[in-house]
Amino acid sequence: MPAVSKGDGMRGLAVFISDIRNCKSKEAEIKRINKELANIRSKFKGDKALDGYSKKKYVCKLLFIFLLGHDIDFGHMEAVNLLSSNKYTEKQIGYLFISVLVNSNSELIRLINNAIKNDLSSRNPTFMCLALHCIANVGSREMAEAFAGEIPRILVAGDTMDSVKQSAALCLLRLYKASPDLVLMGEWTSRVVHLLNDQHMGVVTAAISLITCLSSKNPDEFKTCVSLAVSRLSRIVSSASTDLQDYTYYFVPAPWLSCKLLRLLQCYPPPEDGAVKGRLVECLETILNKAQEPPKSKKVQHSNAKNAILFEAISLIIHYDSEPNLLVRACNQLGQFLQHRETNLRYLALESMCTLASSEFSHEAVKTHIETVINALKTERDVSVRQRAADLLYAMCDRSNAKQIVAEMLSYLETADYSIREEMVLKVAILAEKYAVDYSWYVDTILNLIRIAGDYVSEEVWYRVIQIVINRDDVQGYAAKTVFEALQAPACHENMVKVGGYILGEFGNLIAGDPRSSPLVQFNLLHSKFHLCSVPTRALLLSAYIKFINLFPETKATIQEVLRSDSQIRNSDVELQQRAVEYLKLSSIASTDVLATVLEEMPPFPERESSILAKLKKKKGPGAVSVELEDGKERGECVNFNPKPQRTSTPSPSADLLGLRSTAPASGATPSAGSLLVDVFSEAGPSATSAGVNDDGFLRFVCKNNGVLFENQLLQIGIKSEYRQNLGRMYLFYGNKTSVQFVSFNTTLNVQTKTVEPLVEGGAQVQQVINIECLTDFIDAPLLNIKFRYGGALQNISLKLPVTINKFFQPTEMAAADFFQRWKQLSQPQQEAQKIFKASHGMDTEVLKAKLLGLGTALLENVDPNPENYVCAGVIQTKAQQVGCLLRLEPNAQAQMYRLTLRSSKDTVSQRVCDLLAEQF
Amino acid sequence: MQFMLLFSRQGKLRLQKWYVPLSDKERKKISRDLVQTILARKPKMCSFLEWRDLKIVYKRYASLYFCCAVEDQDNELITLEIIHRYVELLDKYFGSVCELDIIFNFEKAYFILDEFLLGGEAQETSKKNVLKAIEQADLLQEVYELVL
Repeated sequence: MPAVSKGDGMRGLAVFISDIRNCKSKEAEIKRINKELANIRSKFKGDKALDGYSKKKYVCKLLFIFLLGHDIDFGHMEAVNLLSSNKYTEKQIGYLFISVLVNSNSELIRLINNAIKNDLSSRNPTFMCLALHCIANVGSREMAEAFAGEIPRILVAGDTMDSVKQSAALCLLRLYKASPDLVLMGEWTSRVVHLLNDQHMGVVTAAISLITCLSSKNPDEFKTCVSLAVSRLSRIVSSASTDLQDYTYYFVPAPWLSCKLLRLLQCYPPPEDGAVKGRLVECLETILNKAQEPPKSKKVQHSNAKNAILFEAISLIIHYDSEPNLLVRACNQLGQFLQHRETNLRYLALESMCTLASSEFSHEAVKTHIETVINALKTERDVSVRQRAADLLYAMCDRSNAKQIVAEMLSYLETADYSIREEMVLKVAILAEKYAVDYSWYVDTILNLIRIAGDYVSEEVWYRVIQIVINRDDVQGYAAKTVFEALQAPACHENMVKVGGYILGEFGNLIAGDPRSSPLVQFNLLHSKFHLCSVPTRALLLSAYIKFINLFPETKATIQEVLRSDSQIRNSDVELQQRAVEYLKLSSIASTDVLATVLEEMPPFPERESSILAKLKKKKGPGAVSVELEDGKERGECVNFNPKPQRTSTPSPSADLLGLRSTAPASGATPSAGSLLVDVFSEAGPSATSAGVNDDGFLRFVCKNNGVLFENQLLQIGIKSEYRQNLGRMYLFYGNKTSVQFVSFNTTLNVQTKTVEPLVEGGAQVQQVINIECLTDFIDAPLLNIKFRYGGALQNISLKLPVTINKFFQPTEMAAADFFQRWKQLSQPQQEAQKIFKASHGMDTEVLKAKLLGLGTALLENVDPNPENYVCAGVIQTKAQQVGCLLRLEPNAQAQMYRLTLRSSKDTVSQRVCDLLAEQF
Repeated sequence: MQFMLLFSRQGKLRLQKWYVPLSDKERKKISRDLVQTILARKPKMCSFLEWRDLKIVYKRYASLYFCCAVEDQDNELITLEIIHRYVELLDKYFGSVCELDIIFNFEKAYFILDEFLLGGEAQETSKKNVLKAIEQADLLQEVYELVL
């Protein structure tokens, strides 16, 4: 046991600590501690009043036990008692215990606050400091409530000792961070700012932390600090290394204060006052110059302190981003550090250069260091330094060096530390896409990525390559060829199988001409991987197979055989089984035309921000990838892939290849309301044949053109329609849901149509085309009568064809001024139709927008002064005339009500559109 | 600064100072994870690392690791010198400080730290001034004892 050097010793405590250290095992330690706890408890509970020394000793032992990691649930009261002791060390131990083991017991807090209040008003600076330290250490809301008013007064009072001011400043900072609403500087603001001028360097050092925090929250109120900070900085920077006496640290004058001053200036833009700015630029130049001077000491502390100021100055230069000369000098300085023998400096230089790379003034200068950075990525022994190098390569990447950087990052990935692989993969994927000039390079890069680091390739990455291949027909053949080759590898990553399955399913036909990649070879290659894959991938492959049947009829028999096998059709996984059953059925009952329509090539994806970028942003937090955000205009190809499964009946997370999504342009006869495949084989259709006109389906088609118009147990009628100007064409699909023929199938329309086949085979579908011309505006829809015999019974169905006046809308874009001018022109009472009605669906913005767009009008942004409202404009095209139409929809979310107003040049049109639309929300 | 930890090569925590409100459980978890991370690093590696959303600055002095967690905008090098200055203060006060001094006089180590850093910010960077404050307090004790 070493002798206690100074202050008072507590022999009992020292003995106890020795005992603990001598314990041979954890059990022995716990035993010793429990013995001590029992002893202390009995002393505290005993009849004999403890003297201050014993109380202090026991409280200190409890503290020691707590710091060892054990729970302490008593002794708080004794510690609070110590606070009011008139012996300094007893008080000090009491405060230490409270600071470390603060208890939210409100009774205790009141007592503690009382003791603190007494010490704050004692005018004894040592006691005042102890009390302030305690507040700063605890920093609770209760303390802020009790003392936030008092401390600013202590801080600025003329007669407060320097050491108390220092504690008061930082104490206030802690309270402000915890409860900003309780700390009101108000009248003290200017006097606090002027602490920057204080004679005592320690006061300035402490106060500036407070000022920086307050400035960053209320820059305007504190902006006078800028010129004060600049002159203070200037005095320090130009002082000789001995001027500041004990505030000089290893020959560097006031390094902490200098850093804090530079940091404070980063809360503000460059000073507007020319003289202040000149002085500051001079300071920054001096700091950069000093970096070139020979060191005044060989000690690492000297260079660390000096470089700490240098890096802070560079941060300020980057923050201003307005002095090209300084930016380039900063970059050169960092360039020197990139090869410094100190690992710490290399690390910081890489980190700091990352931000320099995003400045237009220094981007080129940063790029000149590419070889050094690549070398760092390859040779640094510390993974955190390599990580910085990878970050910097990412930041300095542009079109000119993308291929080199991506290649280096890929080769680094092969040996990269596990902890950074996923982020590296995302970065490579983003760079490859962002700077892809030829898309075959992009495809190669992503496939390499999967090959090298398949496990770290997240869904976003492989979704993305598929989106891009689908959207760019110039790369589809190459992609098919490349994945085909990649799949030849004996062991390939499951993500490769996913991409391969999707791409061959869509574009396998592009390479089928080559006998080495004939349809059957492609299929066998994919299927050889099937058994090694997880359920979602198998599901994807099954979808690829049905696409193969469509693309290559010659594979039908082989694939049906596979689908029919027990391992598929009786698979214990419900998703796989369902797919096998449905695809088998689809391939055997649907005509080639229907199959071709259902399995039509994927439509291009809507262009949106890359979901990979979003993922990286999420990983790195905001700001980390701001560079990419700013030049979004470069990313013409960015689209978003919606990974949600669209099959309403199956909650499985597998990405659905058929892409039966409502947002994509409808492909073939896939109704947007749900999956056709599900609907066709659904057992639970509406029951019984209806007589009379069925109008349920009719209103659902006001805002959409495709979907299922009618369905019962026997028959499903799907619709696909398109309109241009006053003409339209409607395809009706009559699907026989039974296995028995419909005989004498006959449809009549009160307008002329081509007749349909009189026989509809079981499970088959017939198609009917109706050409429509709008002669003048109308209200009644054409009626469709369907008659057929099923078994012996005659079925009769009457439907309103969903042809409504709004189908002939041409959207009209217009500016706000035009809109209001026209709105005013249509102000006669009969030109307006208005309805106020209750919402019968949710009031989701996106859904509302989709419906208004579906109506056929243009949705005008930034026209209505109230952003909650929607305004639209369009012209209805009839053969007789054109009718301009303006619309305004005002949702009231609180009341769940809408007000819909239509104005058009024709009263019947206003009324009809208003009636139709009012039923849609 | 968010917190400072002192721990031995065996991973035993010798001092912990938290400048942000965290539950006891979170503190224990952070200390355990971080001590492990740092002990796993090799001697020549750099003194900074990204850890969760914090920057960690650490340095080893003999058998003790000094480790600070600072925020994103904080300066790593100056934090490294904060550690060094604290070591100097301990050294001056105890006279060639060793791990045992900190174990047996842990309360003093906390008092010195409070004079140097408050609320996670440098309060007084002059070595003389900090030691003066501590010596004054020790003196105060003796005076009281004389009076009584």
